[in-house]
Amino acid sequence: MGSLSKDDVLHVAKLAKLTLSPKEIIKFQEQLSKIIDYVSQLSEVDTLNLGPTSQTTGLENVFRQDEVKPPSFTNDGYFAVDKILNKEE
Amino acid sequence: MTDLPLSINETQEGLIKKKFSAVELVDSYLERITKDNKDLNIFLTITGEEAYKKAKEVDKILRYKDIKILSDFPLLGVTVAYKDIFLTKGVRTTAGSKVLESYIPPYSATVVDRLEKAGTIMLGKVNCDAWAHGSSGENSDFGKTKNPWDNNYVAGGSSSGSAAALSANMTLTSTGTDTCGSIRLPANFNYLVSLKPTYGAISRYGVIAMASSLDTVGPMGRSVDDVRRLFDVMKGEDGFDSTVKNINWQKQVKPKLKIGIAKEFLEEGLDPEVKENIHKAIKVFEKLGIEIKKVEMPSTKYAISVYYIIQTAEVSSNLARFDGIRYGEKRTFFGEEAKRRIMLGSYVLSSGYYDAYYLKAMKVRTKIRNEVDTIFDKVDSLIAPVAPTPPFKIGEKTNDPLKMYLTDIFAATANLAGTPSMAIPYGFSKNNLPLGFQLLGPRFSEYTLFALGEMFEKETGYKPQVAKI
Repeated sequence: MGSLSKDDVLHVAKLAKLTLSPKEIIKFQEQLSKIIDYVSQLSEVDTLNLGPTSQTTGLENVFRQDEVKPPSFTNDGYFAVDKILNKEE
Repeated sequence: MTDLPLSINETQEGLIKKKFSAVELVDSYLERITKDNKDLNIFLTITGEEAYKKAKEVDKILRYKDIKILSDFPLLGVTVAYKDIFLTKGVRTTAGSKVLESYIPPYSATVVDRLEKAGTIMLGKVNCDAWAHGSSGENSDFGKTKNPWDNNYVAGGSSSGSAAALSANMTLTSTGTDTCGSIRLPANFNYLVSLKPTYGAISRYGVIAMASSLDTVGPMGRSVDDVRRLFDVMKGEDGFDSTVKNINWQKQVKPKLKIGIAKEFLEEGLDPEVKENIHKAIKVFEKLGIEIKKVEMPSTKYAISVYYIIQTAEVSSNLARFDGIRYGEKRTFFGEEAKRRIMLGSYVLSSGYYDAYYLKAMKVRTKIRNEVDTIFDKVDSLIAPVAPTPPFKIGEKTNDPLKMYLTDIFAATANLAGTPSMAIPYGFSKNNLPLGFQLLGPRFSEYTLFALGEMFEKETGYKPQVAKI
């Protein structure tokens, strides 16, 4: 593990919809390889009985009360809402 | 005004006793901004007109000599500069990136709304590493922020402008974001107090996301008291960020406190000056009767690796929304660091690498989190350096991204575990640059950290200081 080929760099750039200059391709290939090489140290850690952490709060499925609120104003029996676009925009 | 007050207490006392008006305060801050901003590159947008409007309102409120003024408006007359990653209704918000150079948000972040309602006066929006990607402030698409203590040095990042604005005395307070040290590091490099809160203590609604499982927003000031006053207003549920918890805050602090020291934080890879200074700080706590207990954190050496996998993965996903259609400019406007992180993140998430990198990192994150939780069963706080070195020179690490990333080696643990940490200024290096340390604590232990910080300030006779410029 730990080194990216030029094709890897181009593939990842394509996935991320980024356009790279030829200079950037060379630079990123070198820099990303170095970083990936460093983070590959994680392979030495024993994680056999550990689950992944995706959050730290312990909160799950946070919902608000589903309350029906009266409209702020009506017009001719219809709901009326605030204008969302201003003239200058 | 020649001598601007350096604390909230002093500011409000001056306002109430009519030593100066809010309008005069704004005059003085804007004067300083106008004088030094060109050189230090701190403010990206100065909101002078709005500041005067608000200052006049503040002066009006002050005319009602009611003692209740400060309970209705706890931050009355407090000037604030927002890191340019907090949405401010009608005021340009760039995230330090050319992609959003002309983006004007239609609403404000919860934190901005709350600080507004508490009586603060916004002076403007301050520079940061683009998308909060960086440890030095050098990654801003609008140019680097210089350290007011010595402008050959970096201000620290990513909340570079938030810290420099305080040490250049251009505002009384500021806000920042911390995904891996971005509040604590610049505070540390500018002789400031700052809090990276517990994940889930303060709403991130309206703050441009970097890495959502790690992002926190917090206050910056010149004393623990100021930071606590800001935190009191900023914290709590808002109904818009579902990760926020309302807590029955334990403000009463235990009579006997224990601080843990880990060799992983205090011995390896530390600059001698930083090391000596932190051992001096530990002695101060000992003198205060606090028990110092040795603890072990063997997994923290993996924190930066875990962080740079999880963070870049989340960055690649969060920055995918910038497609040139919905907000701002096209993706070709991304700067080098944003591209680097998007690429890294896409790589660790891509087919064939997901298990080896992303999933593995999430598992090691569990290991680090468990280790941190076990330690906080034994001690109330952990002391650690904020950065391995004093402030470094502009350009020193820009050609070596990995070297730059390792600046955050002591910051990552708190973000990965979702725990709070407060940066505290203490002493200066032989080059007369700010030094300090951080106090980490278990989740939602902010008030214990404030108490420890204030004990330390009192014992050392701490006085807020700004750079001479």
